[in-house]
Amino acid sequence: MELWFSEFHTPDVKHSMRVTRHYYSKKSEYQQIDIFETPEFGKVLALDGNVMLTERDEFIYDEMITHVPMAVHPHIEDVLVIGAGDGGVVRELARYDQVKRIDLVEMDPDVVDACRTYLPENASRLNDSRVHIYYDNALRYIRRCTNQYDLIIVDSTDPFGPSEGYFTREFYGICYNALREDGIMVNQQGSPFYSHDAEAMKRSHMRIVTTFPISRVYQAHIPTYAAGYWLFGFASKKYHPIDDLDAEKWLSLNLGTKYYTTKLHVGAFYLPAFLEKMLQEVE
Amino acid sequence: MEEKKTYLDQNRAPIYEALQRFREMRVVPFDVPGHKHGRGNPELTAFLGQQCVAVDVNSMKPLDNLCHPISVIREAEELAAEAFGAAAAFLMVGGTTSSVQSMVLSTCKRGDKIILPRNVHRSVINALVLCGAIPVYVNPEVDPRLGISLGMRREQVEKAIAEHPDAVAVLVNNPTYYGVCSDLRAIVKMAHKAGMYCLADEAHGTHFYFGDGMPVSAMEAGADMASVSMHKSGGSLTQSSLLLVGEKINPRYVRQIINLTQTTSGSYLLMSSLDISRRNLAQRGREVFAKVSAMADYAREEINEIGGYYAFGRELINGNSVFDFDPTKLSIHTRDIGLAGIEVYDILRDEYDIQIEFGDIGNILAYLSIGDRPQELERLVSALAEIRRRYQKDGSGLLNQEYIDPEVVASPQEAFYAQKESLPLLESVGRVCSEFVMCYPPGIPILAPGERITKDILDYILYAKEKGCSMTGPEDPDILHLNVLV
Repeated sequence: MELWFSEFHTPDVKHSMRVTRHYYSKKSEYQQIDIFETPEFGKVLALDGNVMLTERDEFIYDEMITHVPMAVHPHIEDVLVIGAGDGGVVRELARYDQVKRIDLVEMDPDVVDACRTYLPENASRLNDSRVHIYYDNALRYIRRCTNQYDLIIVDSTDPFGPSEGYFTREFYGICYNALREDGIMVNQQGSPFYSHDAEAMKRSHMRIVTTFPISRVYQAHIPTYAAGYWLFGFASKKYHPIDDLDAEKWLSLNLGTKYYTTKLHVGAFYLPAFLEKMLQEVE
Repeated sequence: MEEKKTYLDQNRAPIYEALQRFREMRVVPFDVPGHKHGRGNPELTAFLGQQCVAVDVNSMKPLDNLCHPISVIREAEELAAEAFGAAAAFLMVGGTTSSVQSMVLSTCKRGDKIILPRNVHRSVINALVLCGAIPVYVNPEVDPRLGISLGMRREQVEKAIAEHPDAVAVLVNNPTYYGVCSDLRAIVKMAHKAGMYCLADEAHGTHFYFGDGMPVSAMEAGADMASVSMHKSGGSLTQSSLLLVGEKINPRYVRQIINLTQTTSGSYLLMSSLDISRRNLAQRGREVFAKVSAMADYAREEINEIGGYYAFGRELINGNSVFDFDPTKLSIHTRDIGLAGIEVYDILRDEYDIQIEFGDIGNILAYLSIGDRPQELERLVSALAEIRRRYQKDGSGLLNQEYIDPEVVASPQEAFYAQKESLPLLESVGRVCSEFVMCYPPGIPILAPGERITKDILDYILYAKEKGCSMTGPEDPDILHLNVLV
């Protein structure tokens, strides 16, 4: 039997994976959630038909969104994670003993439940005693917080669905307000390749630039995301992503990552010319 | 509230059904409109969609005629009348402006007096320009903290009726733009006792007919005519509206009045949107507006928790000038964070990509309706929290909006058509204005034709301009000059 999952990266480009088994399918209050098996990428989590993670390449995303800020800020203790109901970011964070508290705000409890059942590798640390899960709208949660986090990781879906509110100026503003005076916000910033994605990326970059004194973009290669090319935003009140990198200290932790290295950390901030130009237009 | 008894089948939508049948008949058009189901204007068709332009058609036998309805439009009007508890209903395609004008023109002739609050929409005074009726203004009470005009007090209406027993009608806003309701039942009784009609501008009150825990609707209160903006809270297309009439009004005469100014090419897009929206409201209105009210309540709580802002609601109710309050209205007082409402309105749009209904000197209004979702409300509340954090300042320098009691020197019609001259704004003090000046929205005139220009009024106009209110009305678009009577 030929059964294929396809995701449209643009109306004229699609990325397909052969499916061997469909484990989970549910229309939750917020979105359509699917988990299925593929021969090449292992288990795949899709929300509204968009690939959120695959077992094969999730480490790239989860490592790059977590270890970059962790290697810069010298004393991260309180972390807020937005979205990320699959638990991958929490798993990476939980590897640091210095982290005292991880608050996870996810709007959809069904995502967490499904991942606990079908993606236990990712969800493995959601039961860590430092982790507190809040099922809430992130805007509503964060606007009540002032000066209480060292790091905010925004692991949202793309800006055209239920996460649209997490790419807005009001969202970045309340994140700024929720961070301590030397806090850092890292967000998934989409892809700069296809024009529809690039426009959204520029808009959200512009909003971050006007909110945080330091705002830089870094990149990673993620095969199952649009164009295989993904960006992250590093927004910070005090620390510079390269100048304040403490490679020695991070290496001494001996975490044994699969993608992230401290050399790659620096390299990831060196962007191709077309992207530099795109970002300069809105800076 | 008890379930309304219905005798007609509110699940039907006769105009919509007729258009569906018409589509299936594949009639060859050798009539107007010339785009011929969109074929003649491919760019327009691509933009609006084939479905839409294919039903942009002319009156014809199977589709009835809005000027003289005898079949499907008539049925749709009967269904609307029943759904709204009216003796008769008229589908209107010229906006609620045309409904309001038809109410006034149906009840007032040249020289007749009409009692009304000064915070009416410009369409009411426009109608007075057309028909030559004379306004008798009841000064609405102003809330001193919020600076907004409230409803009419019963005693004020009683006094106006006693002083002008020859008036022919009393017009009431039900509710005002901000959601404030007067004691409509009592005002209807007073008007009827004095032999006057009671007219209701319900541009912001469509949902009163379908929600639980809503203020009383005009038809239920016994008013004689009501103008209902279906396109506001009812969900129909912009420019579509309903005119409702009670038992005491002759609907055939009203039809003649409507036909004086209404197009003879009524749009089937607008009419079908009214038909489908009426059906939707009859089927699901209660459920929908309960949700809208709950969202507005939630937003009020969240906004008041931010501090500085005051999102006001039913606590304003005082039994008289605020007899009731529309729970779906999200009006927010902003002066205590040191910003004029219009400034918050501009910041929301320019920096947060959030468009709200209007901002005036001290308040903003966010319009909630059938189409809203909680996630957008979270954005609005968060943006307001951010605006406070980033822009809050000392507000002592802000002008408090005050009601300026107008001196009516000439009827709106006389003043509008009189010999006039154009004067620089500041030189016009003491003269009689021949045109409107208003911020739009909300479209409530600061000056109407026939009113004396005072220094207070000019100060207010200059302040509103300085704060960035969008001013309209005068011939001079920059409002540096005003036309005054010679």
